[in-house]
Amino acid sequence: MELIELKNIDKTYFIGDMQVPVLRNVSLTIRQGEYVALMGASGSGKSTLMNILGCLDRQTAGDYFLDGEEVGRLSGDRRAMVRNRKIGFVFQSFNLLPRTTALDNVIMPLAYTAGGLSDRECRRRGMEMLEKVGLKERMFHQPSQLSGGQQQRVAIARALINNPPVLFADEPTGNLDSRTSVDVLKMFRELNEKEKITIIIVTHSAEVAGNADRSIRIHDGQIVDGIFTGGGAV
Amino acid sequence: MKIRNTFSIAFRALLRNPTRALLTMLGIVIGIAAVITMMESGAGSAASLRATIESMGAGNIMILPGAARTGGVSMGQGSNMTLTPDDCTALLQRCEFLSDAAPLVNARAQIVAGNRNWTPNQTIGTTPSYFSIRNWPLEDGEYFTERDVQSASAVCVVGSTLARELFDGESPVGHSIRVKNVTFRIVGLLAAKGANMMGFDQDDVLIAPWTTIRQRVAGSRSAATASSTPEVSTSTTYPGGSTGDLYPPVNATMQTNYRLSPRFVYVDQILALAAKPELANRAEEEIISILRERHRLRADQNNDFRIRNSAEFLKMLTSTTSMMTNLLLCVALISLIVGGVGIMNIMLVSVTERTREIGLRMAVGARSRDILQQFLIESIVLCLAGGVIGILLGHGAALLVKYHLKWAVEASPEAVVAAVCVSAFVGIAFGFYPAWKASKLDPIDALRYE
Repeated sequence: MELIELKNIDKTYFIGDMQVPVLRNVSLTIRQGEYVALMGASGSGKSTLMNILGCLDRQTAGDYFLDGEEVGRLSGDRRAMVRNRKIGFVFQSFNLLPRTTALDNVIMPLAYTAGGLSDRECRRRGMEMLEKVGLKERMFHQPSQLSGGQQQRVAIARALINNPPVLFADEPTGNLDSRTSVDVLKMFRELNEKEKITIIIVTHSAEVAGNADRSIRIHDGQIVDGIFTGGGAV
Repeated sequence: MKIRNTFSIAFRALLRNPTRALLTMLGIVIGIAAVITMMESGAGSAASLRATIESMGAGNIMILPGAARTGGVSMGQGSNMTLTPDDCTALLQRCEFLSDAAPLVNARAQIVAGNRNWTPNQTIGTTPSYFSIRNWPLEDGEYFTERDVQSASAVCVVGSTLARELFDGESPVGHSIRVKNVTFRIVGLLAAKGANMMGFDQDDVLIAPWTTIRQRVAGSRSAATASSTPEVSTSTTYPGGSTGDLYPPVNATMQTNYRLSPRFVYVDQILALAAKPELANRAEEEIISILRERHRLRADQNNDFRIRNSAEFLKMLTSTTSMMTNLLLCVALISLIVGGVGIMNIMLVSVTERTREIGLRMAVGARSRDILQQFLIESIVLCLAGGVIGILLGHGAALLVKYHLKWAVEASPEAVVAAVCVSAFVGIAFGFYPAWKASKLDPIDALRYE
């Protein structure tokens, strides 16, 4: 089943009168449960593609179906809802709220979920998530009291709090040392295999990409490799 | 997103940096505290002023007879005897803005008690209504009664200065004094009222039924001054108390000499009380029309009486204090605006500082409306908290003023309500721009912001 389907996506930035094409006629299909690495040199357009996939940016032309719904032309509020329910983000620099406990960081997205849960239910789910990423005893620590790897695990728990079908990770190991990187990647692998969560990692490290089942390479705004689903995935 | 949630997010965001939150609030705290202190001490001084004016008689209307003219020579104010006790009764019956009225007869007489003597500032003849109009409580004994007035009894009530001079602090109630060879029994001692605004000692007074004063004490004086209408000479020192008549009987000679029943008895003044101090002016108009009618004045004739009321005086005094209060309030409001600018400044800094947080919140599903709400509520919470602290501080300062400077202070619930509204308004007005700016951020740029 196709979770993500891009059809002839163009993205052009306008700088004054000048047109700068960043993505050119990109078509891509990612199935539910895949573990994909998105690779490319800086300036290749992979961040732009990532932003479009993550519903943070809109394409200039083409269609983007996420979970069967065209999301490129939804209103800003509807897209915020899509981000809240269907997408989890993990960032290179963790982006945790300072001076806020791990638990509060994890349950933060629930505040924006329509028909919100009770406080108690939110906290219960947050604890569950932290337990899943192995930080049960660090629940009430603030980011400054956690190591980089722990902070990224808190960020992963936050991304997963609304049980989204897809998780986007933008250079998730960029700020981590090699040992904790391995831990985080292992966690992605586990999440993909056990929970059947679709994972898309943006990276320029071949090592990280090697952890994924399928690598998509972008060069100069076009996909040059990995456009078709590899045999290994579901 | 639930409002309660937004509030808790705002609280947590503020608690992340409590020192800065406190410093930001300071402007509002000082502004509100100033407003509250101003309002409370302003209300206090207004109240004490009102009490002072009421003790002097707010809403009192004095009706004086006009000037008599004899062959082009004016005899001056009060020389024309035109006011009668019937005028007083008629005013009370017909004027709807009056709650009470009393006729007054003035005299000046030496008072003797035992081996001491004293001449009080005022010797007044009146009815018991006078005490309620002047709002004058008793220290001891009782007032004389309406019946005493009708029978012209020789009873009186004295002021505290007079009592001190004649009885050396002992209670004078029950003692007898002599006024122009008439022996009065003292039935009551008035509570001290102090000097009036002109420094005139109000307690140096003897008050007796007006019939008694008119007929037994002031008779000779009035006869001398009232040149236009001679005092009825048949008035006796001891009028017929048995019949309870107010006026001396009319004898046969008089009946034949005067076809119209003459106005026998005049009073020097009528003191009336408006139902409310604000109604004094309307009552005055009504009194004029009633008295003109009763005195049968034609349209081209001047009033044969004069009226003074304390409304003007009261207005002047209250307007002075309220002007001062308003002036200080303006200063306080300016400090509130300065405080509001401070809040806007800090909120702008905070939005810039938390750009990444805003980007993150948008990425995980916050709509721009949610962001706007969050920052707006943060600034409102800041301002309201500042307002509450300011109210407490201001009230505390007002109490300090009360106990150390001995200024009158009155708690003012309106000021508290106004302070809360103003601080919420400042929060919205000065928090809106930063919040709007935050909500318009692009999540991609915001997430990448360093």
